Amino acid sequence: MVSGYLIYKAIIVVIVFLVGLGIAAYSTYAERKVAAFLQDRLGPNKAGPYGLLQPIADGVKMFMKEEIIPDVSNKFLFILGPSIAMLTACMTGAVIPWSTPLVINGVSYPLQITDINIGILYVFGVVSIGVYGIMIGGWASNNKFSLLGALRASAQMISYEIAMGLSIIALVMLTGTISLQEIAAQQSGWHWNVFYQPLGFIIFITCAFAECNRTPFDLPECETELVGGYHTEYSSMKLGFYLFAEYINMFISAAIISTLYFGGYNMPLIGRFVTDPNILSILGLVFFFGKIFFFIFFFMWIRWTVPRFRYDQLMHLGWRIFIPLSILNIVLTGLGILVFNK
Amino acid sequence: MTLYIFYFLSFLAVLSAFMVVYSKNPVHSVLYLIVTFFSIAGHYILLNAQFLAAVHIIVYAGAIMVLFLYVIMMFNLNKEAEPHKDAYIKLAATIAGGIFMIVLIGSLKGVEHIENLNTPNQSAGLIKNLGNVLYRDYMLPFEMASILFLSAMVGAVFLGKNELK
Repeated sequence: MVSGYLIYKAIIVVIVFLVGLGIAAYSTYAERKVAAFLQDRLGPNKAGPYGLLQPIADGVKMFMKEEIIPDVSNKFLFILGPSIAMLTACMTGAVIPWSTPLVINGVSYPLQITDINIGILYVFGVVSIGVYGIMIGGWASNNKFSLLGALRASAQMISYEIAMGLSIIALVMLTGTISLQEIAAQQSGWHWNVFYQPLGFIIFITCAFAECNRTPFDLPECETELVGGYHTEYSSMKLGFYLFAEYINMFISAAIISTLYFGGYNMPLIGRFVTDPNILSILGLVFFFGKIFFFIFFFMWIRWTVPRFRYDQLMHLGWRIFIPLSILNIVLTGLGILVFNK
Repeated sequence: MTLYIFYFLSFLAVLSAFMVVYSKNPVHSVLYLIVTFFSIAGHYILLNAQFLAAVHIIVYAGAIMVLFLYVIMMFNLNKEAEPHKDAYIKLAATIAGGIFMIVLIGSLKGVEHIENLNTPNQSAGLIKNLGNVLYRDYMLPFEMASILFLSAMVGAVFLGKNELK
């Protein structure tokens, strides 16, 4: 029984890992297609039908490129940087509840790697470690532009983590749990948290943009000022890992936003048409991925719509607008809980 | 199994703590300190205090050490820039460190007698129990600590503002 459990967990870990990598790879393709669509171009269309083989071609290109490690840099830390970025990007998927458990022959198979009772805090912990990948890489490159990019990244991530944490506190006050599985289960029907926490949601998604270093907050790799930011000195697959980690982070953030605020695998009214729990579970998975894809699209949409901030504007927004707003949100939530006795 | 993990984590914690002191490069020191924090968080998980472990990682490894690293990278400290302390300061540091070690040994000397007095509650570290204990039994000290933090924050903001003008 124990070994069966371990095998099942191993299988689901591998599946989540592969799906994460696959979605991240095709996010690069989707990003170009969305950019092309928004700018009235065609986008990649040469490799395979509709350019669908483009991510594979990109991957091969990344692997084949010459690998340059700067002579004066610290080699171990130089390699450690992208490794940490990739590792932390892949670790967050472990606590996301992908759907309700599948029941086969009376045995319940939860579609979640692990339901630890500190779900959200685990995500925060991993995200807060993620900044080391950028910092160590930027410092080990021994390049002024890299260092500046790394410093910007760390200051930005620390600043926005605070507002993000405060917006989550209001959500936790409402749900009374920090297990992601329970939060998702509570939002059945129309009880999506976004209707109870609209302000918190806006703060959270903006901070998610900042944490993923996505435009309009991609100051750490601002080309006009910093050449390439923290990955100026990186080449070949190490650069690939940095870029790829960003896309995995985007996928995971989309999944977490959907879980926390948009009901996760829940879809209103579906219970009226389908009653079999296994089919509901599969449908939940489909809906969840639908929501995830919508948010990935949203990330790209914003990227090609909103121009990049200036760095002082970014800090001003983080510290003087979002942190007071999220504290206000906590107070309002407390008042709401007191008045409506929810 | 748990015992071996405990030994491994303890070894890692002590080793990296030594490396914090011994490494010449301040950035390496900070990175070793981060490893130390991680192994201590591992100890918390072994004690079934997951909340404490997560908060430890978020606050120490995720926030405070990033700021440390930030400052050290920004000033770009390295071996050449390290100011040379004169012999008196080194002597004073040695004496102070030695006295501190005696205090530590003295306080740890009686520890084997109280080891088995209270068996640890397996679920004490879970977030619900922790919340109940903090907000029911230790309400006053907890609020006092928050006020202390608040005053420290106000002080920090005030100092930062003064610097601007």
